[in-house]
Amino acid sequence: MPSKTKFELKPGLATREAFGKALAELGRVNPNVVVLDADLSKSTYTAEFGHAFPDRFFECGIAEANMVAIGAGLASAGKIPFASSFSVFLLNKGFEQLRVTAAYPNVNLKVVGTHSGISIGEDGPSQMSVEDLGLACSLPGFTVISPADEVSMMALVKRAAETFGPMFIRAGRVKVPVIYPSDQEFVIGKSIQLIDGSDVTLIATGLMVAESIRAAETLEAEGVSARVIDMHTIKPLDRDAITRAAADTGAIVVSEEHLLDGGLGVRVAQVVAQTHPAAMEFVGIDNTYAESATPDQLLDKYGLRATNVAAAARRAIARKR
Amino acid sequence: MQTTSNVAELAAISKSMRRLVIEMITEAKSGHPGGSLSAVEILVTLFFDAMRHDPANPKWTDRDRFILSKGHCCPILYAVMAECGYCPKDQLNTLRKLGSIYQGHPDVRFLPALEASTGSLGQGLSLAIGMGLAARLDKSPSRTYVVLGDGEIQEGQIWEAAMFGGFHKLDNVVAIVDSNGIQLDGFVKDIMDESPLPDKWRSFGWHVIEVDGHDIAALQRAFAEAAATKGQPTVLIAHTVKGKGVSFMENNPKFHGTAPTVEEEARALAELA
Repeated sequence: MPSKTKFELKPGLATREAFGKALAELGRVNPNVVVLDADLSKSTYTAEFGHAFPDRFFECGIAEANMVAIGAGLASAGKIPFASSFSVFLLNKGFEQLRVTAAYPNVNLKVVGTHSGISIGEDGPSQMSVEDLGLACSLPGFTVISPADEVSMMALVKRAAETFGPMFIRAGRVKVPVIYPSDQEFVIGKSIQLIDGSDVTLIATGLMVAESIRAAETLEAEGVSARVIDMHTIKPLDRDAITRAAADTGAIVVSEEHLLDGGLGVRVAQVVAQTHPAAMEFVGIDNTYAESATPDQLLDKYGLRATNVAAAARRAIARKR
Repeated sequence: MQTTSNVAELAAISKSMRRLVIEMITEAKSGHPGGSLSAVEILVTLFFDAMRHDPANPKWTDRDRFILSKGHCCPILYAVMAECGYCPKDQLNTLRKLGSIYQGHPDVRFLPALEASTGSLGQGLSLAIGMGLAARLDKSPSRTYVVLGDGEIQEGQIWEAAMFGGFHKLDNVVAIVDSNGIQLDGFVKDIMDESPLPDKWRSFGWHVIEVDGHDIAALQRAFAEAAATKGQPTVLIAHTVKGKGVSFMENNPKFHGTAPTVEEEARALAELA
């Protein structure tokens, strides 16, 4: 059995905190970057940019639809706006504006949704964004990014600012382990293989990347060689990496902190079905809204743990032809 | 392009624009004549007199910008832009047809000289505010004009944007409410009465000018007053007649969204001769 890179998952920042740091750095180097928030800047971490660059920070009040369309207007006039709120409000209350004022005219607006998934914890389902990837991916021309740790968030926010076009970036509330060295390169649309393996591929996004690394370590102890891929860009999807994974390993598990309907899993399955049919399993939230509890309790109860990923891998491998 | 402050000349242009609107919509066999005709003098006064813009250089950074938030009334916008030289006049009869740059609602993918794609009501004021903020940041003299329908302002986003514009004292943004009193299902006063409209805008921090939306000289004075108004955005409540200029279309809800027949076209053009 090939020996694998041993990952040391050290404690890190929440991806929302890394987003705030990246924005403040961008503000220093690019005078065209402007930021909008809807009365959540202390939670989305846009406040740091706001303190440093008050002229380029627009507090929109609790009016997400208006914020998105004002952002589109700023973009149309040559600015690089980042509009941020909780993902659930940005995508659900701002969806029509994302469609008509950003996607349809292909405007250079970046929207960043924090507090995605169920790991926000005690605030409960009205604040939990579990449909955002599906909604954002449905918009023609949108780029959709879901970083797994602070290093990838910082880098991908900067890539987003350099790249023309409407984009959604998904961030989380809870602190997550650091996966990458600080000098790791990231390219929008190109996934990163974290561990090589031959029996099964674990494709994940967001905080499920760290869980998939842990699952690979569990599987390795059982003699199963698992490849792990961080699919940090959900759209456009890295079709080559998926096709290779299907051909090389014949079994794929896709894990996401999102509803199984409409998320990364169905998008990966579409590529696998078209290119190289393989046994597939999916780890995600199954047709339900969660509840109030601690983040750890929720990730346990709703099946978003390394143990769930490992179990799914065993099921997929058992079905391999 | 031809610009003029002469009221008689602007009135003559307005009449020829009305003819184009009727011809385009008749040829297309669908569209929205009523709200196009009510907005004629507003657009003509802006594009041929009040706005600083250059059809030879449509992306000039410091240009004044125009957004037709009530996007369904695009025939008058297309006619005016074509007359200015932004786009071909001889293709106006392709309105709403496959491959036409003159889409059923304004679409920047097909006509890049447009400032915004519109058609879903309620969005244009927010877009105008974004453009106004950008101009303020850039210390640009650019002003942004946005035409809203009186039915359209029933959308909640308009009032989110109105609150923002008033609070941020965006004096480089001018909204014009084409207050023709009719929306698709009937009269605005019966569907969702908006009175007292000037008081509503005033309470959101806007400088309000009530104006006869077909009186070109009055519109010129209103746009000048808006430009001179500092520290708050301006809204023109333009009292207009839906279907203005064609007797059988005037104040007739039927012609909100119904194309004239060929016979009706002939009668309309005779009235606009």
